[in-house]
Amino acid sequence: MKALLLLAWRSAWNRRFTLALTVCSIALSTFMLLGVERIRTDLRDSFTSAVSGTDLIVGARTGSVQLLLYSVFHVGAATNNIRWSSVQALRQQRGVAWVVPLSLGDSHRGFPVLGTTADYFRHFRHGDRQPLRVDQGKPFADLFDATIGAEVAQRLGYRPGDRVTLAHGAGELNLTEHADKPFTVTGILARTGTPVDRAVLVSLEAIEALHIDWVGGMRMPGVKVRPEQLGGVDLQPRAVTAALVGLESRAAVFSVQRLVNGFEDEALMAILPGVALHELWGILGTGERALLMMSGLVALVSMAGLVSVVLAGLNERRRELAVLRAVGASPYHVVALLTLEGALITVSGIVLGVAILLATIVGLGPWLQSAFGLTLQPAQPTAVQWAMLAGLLAAGLLASLLPGWRAYRLSLADGLSPRT
Amino acid sequence: MDNAVLELRDLRFSWARGQPDCLDIEHLRIAPGEALFLHGPSGCGKSTLLSLMAGVLMPRQGQVALMGRDWQQVRLGRRDRHRADHVGYIFQQFNLLPYLSALDNVLMPCRFSDMRRTASVQQAGSPQAEAEAWLAGMGLERALWTRAARELSVGQQQRVAAARALIGRPALVIADEPTSALDEDRRDAFLDLLLSACASARSALVFVSHDRRIAQRFARQVSLPEINRAAHREGAAG
Repeated sequence: MKALLLLAWRSAWNRRFTLALTVCSIALSTFMLLGVERIRTDLRDSFTSAVSGTDLIVGARTGSVQLLLYSVFHVGAATNNIRWSSVQALRQQRGVAWVVPLSLGDSHRGFPVLGTTADYFRHFRHGDRQPLRVDQGKPFADLFDATIGAEVAQRLGYRPGDRVTLAHGAGELNLTEHADKPFTVTGILARTGTPVDRAVLVSLEAIEALHIDWVGGMRMPGVKVRPEQLGGVDLQPRAVTAALVGLESRAAVFSVQRLVNGFEDEALMAILPGVALHELWGILGTGERALLMMSGLVALVSMAGLVSVVLAGLNERRRELAVLRAVGASPYHVVALLTLEGALITVSGIVLGVAILLATIVGLGPWLQSAFGLTLQPAQPTAVQWAMLAGLLAAGLLASLLPGWRAYRLSLADGLSPRT
Repeated sequence: MDNAVLELRDLRFSWARGQPDCLDIEHLRIAPGEALFLHGPSGCGKSTLLSLMAGVLMPRQGQVALMGRDWQQVRLGRRDRHRADHVGYIFQQFNLLPYLSALDNVLMPCRFSDMRRTASVQQAGSPQAEAEAWLAGMGLERALWTRAARELSVGQQQRVAAARALIGRPALVIADEPTSALDEDRRDAFLDLLLSACASARSALVFVSHDRRIAQRFARQVSLPEINRAAHREGAAG
């Protein structure tokens, strides 16, 4: 068998330029199948990871997926805020352990600014219920302090003590800067693999102070409040975007949800992160299935390509087969040889595909992380990925049986005198 | 008499059922170490006869026995092994796997036949050593041994093919017009090498050619049209 494998390898290497295209198409289908699956699992992992300690998310009435996306993932914008009094009332509810208000809408060079309280550091959990850790410096304490996520620090090269200005609105271009009220970076958070890495965290009061001379999204003409004039001003926020809620017991989750949804003073809504995520997967599922189906089709086409390339070459190789028969190879050896050749091509394609996928994850990882907040892991294949690899290999082997069978027929018919 | 390398008795062969026989040979026996020149014009069934001798085709009637074993009695799966063990085969041309080195081509029979491998170990210590000895014996320079077969000239390729046929010293070497692609000088040089190599390996040689000028170099000459009774009938009918 080893001798045959070597022979198959040498023979295939001899025709490497013809076979290279087939190897590439198998590599492409491997890349697509595994890539789609990798994105699917990592997307779910990173989304699930970002809400691991939160029992309920409360916001203005909207779609539950939308609330989840803008409050936790900073994707899209809130349609409405919730009043500060509602947050206060929520804190008094029975069964509620903690409430962390979130205020969004500003940004710093494309990174979202998250106004919150010190409770955020105490209660936010990611991954396997891990708390936030400050890597350098300390959490914000003063009015114009900012704590930044690991990604922000890395991309912009910030260190504790640097001065930054925030901008009104989200995005990267043509924003009105809050240049009159600069912030000082006091701390940098350790990497979490969640949207927190991309956030600039400041206090709710700071958000309020930034907008004190603003009305309806515009700076009031002629009015300028300098930071040192803020001393006696009440910076109690009037409204926030959403709030994360933790409960004393998870058993109370539905009763508290009902309570929030029926809140009398304001139209509020509470969602269970897990349920909203499930809904999100439902929406994404169609796209995922379409992508998987396409990948499957590419795999099918590349297998057909494998068969046709090996079959097409067979006629020119009748001579080779006759020589093999003459030195003692049986027709079964011929089948084995052709099947091994197909297996070699398939394995080469799969290895190449996996290598390209890993290179892509490592190479494009930072870009995917910043553009889509998607953290891809160059990790061990999942069970589904193993199954896909096994499926590809099996398909390649099965497909190569066809040229093998054809070669068997030819070598029986030709014997030692091929009619070429 | 019972230790013939190859023996044909009452052999009849036709390509398809119902067609007239194209080969009908009463008796042909090849003794150990014998060098036989088998000649006949193109298309008289020489290659077919060789395929029957090598056990690739089966006769309609009669028997072809290699080393005392009738091919029909050898199980289908064992025939290739039996052939690999006892027969070295040289084609007209394109004898070699173009992507293997000359040396690897010579070693091929030892990969498929344990008997040939064992014989070469006994003879030279290892298949590699015997292959090198045959290549040297065929007058191929050492520099050519590791070169891919496709880079060799036709004459060099034929000599590599002869070395391959002889490794492990099979009882029978079958050569199917091996000199037809060579010019006269090379043909004679190749014949010298092949005949002396077969003699030193004590292998019987069945050498097929339509070129009668080389016939006298063989101890025994057989004309296929003469021993083939089917050809007589055809001639009488035509």
